[in-house]
Amino acid sequence: MNNVRIDVPKSAKRGEIIEIKTLVAHTMETGFRRTQLGKPIPRDIVTTFVCNYDGVEVFRAELYPSLSANPFIQFSTVATETGTLEFKWSGDNGFTASKTARIVVT
Amino acid sequence: MGVKSRRRFLTVAGGLAAATLAPAPRAQIMRTPLNHMPAVIRRLVGVRSITKGRVKLDVPPLVENGHLVPLSVHVDSPMTAANHVKAIHVFTERNPLPEMVTFRLGPRAGRARVTTRVRLADTQNVVAIAELSDGSFWSDTTHVIVTLAACLEEAPV
Repeated sequence: MNNVRIDVPKSAKRGEIIEIKTLVAHTMETGFRRTQLGKPIPRDIVTTFVCNYDGVEVFRAELYPSLSANPFIQFSTVATETGTLEFKWSGDNGFTASKTARIVVT
Repeated sequence: MGVKSRRRFLTVAGGLAAATLAPAPRAQIMRTPLNHMPAVIRRLVGVRSITKGRVKLDVPPLVENGHLVPLSVHVDSPMTAANHVKAIHVFTERNPLPEMVTFRLGPRAGRARVTTRVRLADTQNVVAIAELSDGSFWSDTTHVIVTLAACLEEAPV
């Protein structure tokens, strides 16, 4: 999917702490704004971000309207085994996005 | 206008300007009201106490654009199975909602450092609270001056 950008190292040494950068395209409409005619604009945000490493959750974030549009999250994890990192976002109005990355651990 | 009367005019005008300007600015700044942040933090920690320290909240002290403010939190922790950071909560004082973001991590994070980008509705304090595996809470507070606020502006029709 091209509405997601991730930056994960292709390979790492066992036990190494790797930095992961993620970004998902989303307006993050706060629900606090009004149109010029005074009509409230309903909230439409990403509420949850999860990172699974070989099916095991290693990181999670709960998002609120205070996060900027196109939420960017940078975090770390320990490279344990060669495997798959899965990134999943979900939010209002049934929004979902996901992406996976393969990492080779030596 | 002669030199004398011009001088007199300037003196009077200057005086008037000073008189009208001096007390005004503070009263004219529209501050976003405080939200219910203390109550939300209380609900999170319950009866336990929050200690200042171990957490480092990095936000620029002065931001021009409240729509995109880099925010980074680092917690001093060995991140072992026995002693790690369970969660990092970030709160704001004057955004419409006090909750900003919650990160849930564990020993597999390796280090307790997260970075994101947030919106700030006004000049205010931002608070980061770390919840450790031993049940203790640690915090750091940063004051941020915002010149262009986010959140409350009108959107195009």
